[in-house]
Amino acid sequence: MATDQVIFKNVSFRYAEDQPWVLKNVSFSIKQDEWVAILGHNGSGKSTIAKLMNGLLFPDEGTIYVHGIEVTPDTVWDIREKVGMVFQNPDNQFVGTTVRDDVAFGLENRGVDREIMLNRIEESLKSVRMTDYLFHEPHRLSGGQKQRVAIAGVLAIQPDLIILDEATAMLDPRGRKEIMMTVNDLREETKVNLVSITHDLNEIVGADRVIVMNDGEIWLETVPRELFKQEESLREIGLDVPFTAKVTNRLKDTVDFDQQPLTQKELLDQLWIFHSKQ
Amino acid sequence: MDISFKAVSHTYQPNSPFEYRALKDLSFNIQSGQFVAIVGHTGSGKSTLIQHLNGLLKPTSGEVMIGGYRLKAGEKTANIKGLREKVGVVFQYPEHQLFEETIEKDIAFGPKNFGATEEEIQTRLPKVLEAVNLDAKLLDRSPFDLSGGQMRRVAIAGVLAMEPEVLVLDEPTAGLDPKGQQEVMDMFYRLHHEKGLTTILVTHSMEDALKYADHVIILEQGKKHLEGQPEEIFVQKERLKQVQLDVPEEIQFLMDLKTRLGISITYDKHSVDDLVREIKAQIGGGR
Ligand SMILES: Nc1ncnc2c1ncn2[C@@H]1O[C@H](COP(=O)(O)OP(=O)(O)OP(=O)(O)O)[C@@H](O)[C@H]1O
Ligand SMILES: Nc1ncnc2c1ncn2[C@@H]1O[C@H](COP(=O)(O)OP(=O)(O)OP(=O)(O)O)[C@@H](O)[C@H]1O
Ligand SMILES: [Mg+2]
Ligand SMILES: [Mg+2]
Repeated sequence: MATDQVIFKNVSFRYAEDQPWVLKNVSFSIKQDEWVAILGHNGSGKSTIAKLMNGLLFPDEGTIYVHGIEVTPDTVWDIREKVGMVFQNPDNQFVGTTVRDDVAFGLENRGVDREIMLNRIEESLKSVRMTDYLFHEPHRLSGGQKQRVAIAGVLAIQPDLIILDEATAMLDPRGRKEIMMTVNDLREETKVNLVSITHDLNEIVGADRVIVMNDGEIWLETVPRELFKQEESLREIGLDVPFTAKVTNRLKDTVDFDQQPLTQKELLDQLWIFHSKQ
Repeated sequence: MDISFKAVSHTYQPNSPFEYRALKDLSFNIQSGQFVAIVGHTGSGKSTLIQHLNGLLKPTSGEVMIGGYRLKAGEKTANIKGLREKVGVVFQYPEHQLFEETIEKDIAFGPKNFGATEEEIQTRLPKVLEAVNLDAKLLDRSPFDLSGGQMRRVAIAGVLAMEPEVLVLDEPTAGLDPKGQQEVMDMFYRLHHEKGLTTILVTHSMEDALKYADHVIILEQGKKHLEGQPEEIFVQKERLKQVQLDVPEEIQFLMDLKTRLGISITYDKHSVDDLVREIKAQIGGGR
C-alpha cells in the first residue's frame, strides 16, 4: 500500500434503503502524486465518490482507504486532516465573514503557527489572484471569485489529497487554465494526489488518468489520449470529446497521426508535418 | 420586450467601507426578439447587470427600461410583480433559486405565484421536464437531494414553467454534462425562435456566444468594452486579449491553419464534418 494513496475496494452506496444504488461495486486506486480526473453524466455518482473519500458519507458495502487509513466514522477526523475538498457550490463551505478569515479557518483548525498561517493565507490568495479581496465577505463575491477563494482555502492547508468537484465551473477559460496550472504545480512540488471532477473536456488534458463513470459504475479507466479516440461511445453515455479530438478523429482517414493530439497545438504540428510532405 | 440601459451605475453597499462600484455608466440597447450574449471575465459585472433585468437590483444612478417598466434610483417601480412575471431568470448557482420541499412544488412555484391554475400547471409540468430531460420519478424528491446537474435542470424547468417573454440565463450550462449542455442550449435557442423571446445569456463559452447569439456585449470592470455582432467581435484577438478573453476555439484553429499551413477557410458556422471536409480538400494527400 506504499504507493496507492486512495483505494476503493468493491464500494457500493445508496442514500437510503428504499432508494436505488448510486454506486455499484466500484473499485479503483490512485497512486501517490497522481492526478486523476473523474468524468461522467449528471447523476452518475461522481460527487458521491468525492464525499466518500472525505468521510462525509460511508460505504454500504466495500472499503475505502485514504493514505493507509480505512475511512470509518472513527477515523473521519484523521481523514479530513489529510483531505482538502472544494465543493460544487462554494457557498456551502464558507465559514468566515471575510475572505481572510475564511482561509484562516482551516489553518486554525489544524493548529498551524500564526507566522506560517499569515504566510500561507497570503500565498494561497495570491495564487488565485484574490489578494485585493481580503476583507470582502465571501458570500458577496461574484460566482467565479467565490470559487477562487474556496480553492485558496484548500491550497492553504496543504493537504495530502486535493479533491476538486467542478471547482472551476464558473471561471472563464483562462482563469480555469491558470488555476489548474497552479494546483498542478503544487501537486508536483509537494507530491499530493489530485482528484478533479469535471465536465470540462479541456481540463482533463493535464490529468495522468481518467475514470469515466456511467450510472454508478466505472465505465472506463484510461489516459486522456486514449479517451479522446472514443468519440462515439462517449457520446452514447452523455459525454463528448473536445473540438481538437473531433477534428482529429475525422481526419484520420487522410492524415497519419503519430499519436492522438491533446491540444490544438499538437494537432497543428502534426498537420504541418503531413502538409509539408505533400 | 425592448430593453435599454441608460448610463447605469450600480454600487454595492454604498456609503460603507465596503462600497463597491460594480457597474459604471453602462449604456446599451437590446431589441425585442434579440439573442444577446454577455461575456467578460470573473467579476466584470455580468451577474450584477442581469439582476437589474427583473428588478432584483436597481441602478444607483441612471435608468433601466424593460418594455414599459422603468427602474430608477429613488423611484418606485410600478407593478414590479408584472415585470417578474415576464422576465424569467436562471441564476448562476441553482441552489439560489430552489427552496420548496419537493421538486414538483419548486417547479410549480413560479407559475402559481403568478396566478396559473392547477390544471394549467399540470399541463406545463411534463413539457418542462422533457425540455430539461428530467425524470418524472424525481418529482416527489427534495430538490436538495439531487446531484449538481440535476439541480440545475430543476432550476431551469422552474423558469420555463413561468413561460416568460424575456429569458435571462446566467451561465445556465455550468454543471451540466456535455450532452446536457448542448441539448439545453439547443432547447433555449428553439424556444427563443418559436416563442419570439428576448434572450440574454451570460456565458464563459465564447463558442456558445458565437453559435447562438446575434449580438454580443463584452464587459470589463463594470464598463462596456466592446459590443457588436459575434462574427465581428470574435475575430478581434487583441481587443479580446486586453480583457483576458480568447477567440473561440474554432476561429483560433482557422487562424492558425492559415498562418501555419496557408490553408484559408472562412468561418461560416461550419459543422465539424463540413470543416474537416474543407481541410481535406486543401491539405492534399489525394484521398
Ligand atoms: N442527498 C441525496 N439524497 C438522495 N439521493 C441523492 C442525494 N445526492 C445525490 N443523490 C442521487 O445520487 C445519484 C448520484 O449523485 P451524484 O451527486 O454523485 O452525481 P454526480 O455524478 O456528481 O452528478 P453531477 O454531474 O450532476 O454533479 C443521483 O441520481 C442523485 O439523484
Ligand atoms: N452583494 C455584493 N456586495 C458587494 N460586492 C459585490 C456583491 N456582489 C458582487 N460584488 C462585486 O461586484 C463585482 C461584480 O460582480 P458580478 O457578480 O456582477 O461579476 P460577474 O461578472 O458575474 O463574475 P463571475 O463571472 O465571476 O460570475 C465583483 O468584483 C464582486 O466582488
Ligand atoms: Mg456532482
Ligand atoms: Mg456571475
